[in-house]
Amino acid sequence: MTPLDAKRPLQLNDQGQLRHFLSLDGLRRELLTEILDTADSFLEVGARAVKKVPLLRGKTVCNVFFENSTRTRTTFEMAAQRLSADVITLNVSTSSASKGETLLDTLRNLEAMAADMFVVRHGESGAAHFIAEHVCPQVAVINGGDGRHAHPTQGMLDMLTIRRHKGSFENLSVAIVGDILHSRVARSNMLALKTLGCPDIRVIAPKTLLPIGIEQYGVKVYTDLAEGLKDVDVVIMLRLQRERMTGGLLPSEGEFYRLFGLTTARLAGAKPDCIVMHPGPINRGVEIESAVADGPHSVILNQVTYGIAIRMAVLSMAMSGQTAQRQFDQEKAQ
Amino acid sequence: MSLPNPADLISQMAVDLNAHLSKRAIVEPRFIGIRTGGVWVAQALLKALGSASPLGTLDVSFYRDDFSQNGLHPQVRPSELPFEIEGQHLVLIDDVLMSGRTIRAALNELFDYGRPASVTLVSLLDLDAAELPIRPDVVGATLSLAPTERVKLSGPAPLHLELQDLAL
Repeated sequence: MTPLDAKRPLQLNDQGQLRHFLSLDGLRRELLTEILDTADSFLEVGARAVKKVPLLRGKTVCNVFFENSTRTRTTFEMAAQRLSADVITLNVSTSSASKGETLLDTLRNLEAMAADMFVVRHGESGAAHFIAEHVCPQVAVINGGDGRHAHPTQGMLDMLTIRRHKGSFENLSVAIVGDILHSRVARSNMLALKTLGCPDIRVIAPKTLLPIGIEQYGVKVYTDLAEGLKDVDVVIMLRLQRERMTGGLLPSEGEFYRLFGLTTARLAGAKPDCIVMHPGPINRGVEIESAVADGPHSVILNQVTYGIAIRMAVLSMAMSGQTAQRQFDQEKAQ
Repeated sequence: MSLPNPADLISQMAVDLNAHLSKRAIVEPRFIGIRTGGVWVAQALLKALGSASPLGTLDVSFYRDDFSQNGLHPQVRPSELPFEIEGQHLVLIDDVLMSGRTIRAALNELFDYGRPASVTLVSLLDLDAAELPIRPDVVGATLSLAPTERVKLSGPAPLHLELQDLAL
């Protein structure tokens, strides 16, 4: 695991505005706050009779998913449509890649379709960076999740959820629980919480599901759920990623649930007004009890709604940053 | 050039707006200010009218036609319309009317909320530089500026107009 991105300036233009959205690493607090503020405005648009604004009219957003996804893919589609962009979605996992086409060749073909923006999900860490490096200038690349590395729009929608329910980050205790090792969501959340000034970030997991060097993120590590949940304001549950498990990291799912599953009884140790989040899809009875997932503390479905607004914010800001860079380059050339 | 004092313009605008509305037999109009300057003018105007009507605020950033040139305004705020738009008589208020493009964007946004019965346009200043067929129904003052000159309103209290020269 490499907690620091060497290529972080890639996602910013010369004025420090977003032009790609690849990782939350290295992004300033002001920029993250701007994303949250813009998303707040888009949330209001989502409550109107006509949920569409003309911002990206005439632009084409191409969703390229090398890995399965339902929630992320559909909310990105919805976000692009609500910005009046044209959207095409390619499930590459079921097409060219399986026929032996390289990532770069797939990319060149997509460029030839004159897309203005790619939303990429890929099973390999760093895939979105790679595409952003090799894509022709003026095309924005948004990371929709790459391997174990990052899922920055999920990270930001989680931050929006926390801010809308808790107001700010300054006095919060936030616990991230479960399969930290395989989770790009956990990485993006730890970075975002740190940047936004959350003073108490906890990760709770069995030792086998904790990556080596996790302390570099400035988090407190707990291997006991009851101890870690004590007096927290926010609980972020993670899905147990069975499909990524190789080797005997866990004795059994039943054992995991017994020790790390979030139940009503366990949640009683957290603050009475705590919120429970989960990026989905939830595994009932594996990491979370149904009574908690459907209970009064759960904001899991709100997260989905906020996800559309965050994706609208990121799509429009990245397009805006590309535009600004093009103007800047033209002025420089004159 | 000396610029007028906004406070002096507002009271006459209130009189003109009342006359305009009664001529059209509009009894309960809904007031909407365009962020940011238009909201300040609207607040002052409501005060001058002695009206306690709720004020809607509109942020037209998502509807601007210069997104592909200028990008997204970094401080976009949610529009807040605390009343129905459908079938209502609206009074749309801005600070400085220049090309008319902001009003075009505002009208497009309003129509995404519903179909108003009418829209009356009120502007503190008209710079007589329309690029679209959009004219105010009620205006505080009309000015003609040199091509490089701009007017900026500061506020909300007191409202103050300032002349800026882009060439300097």
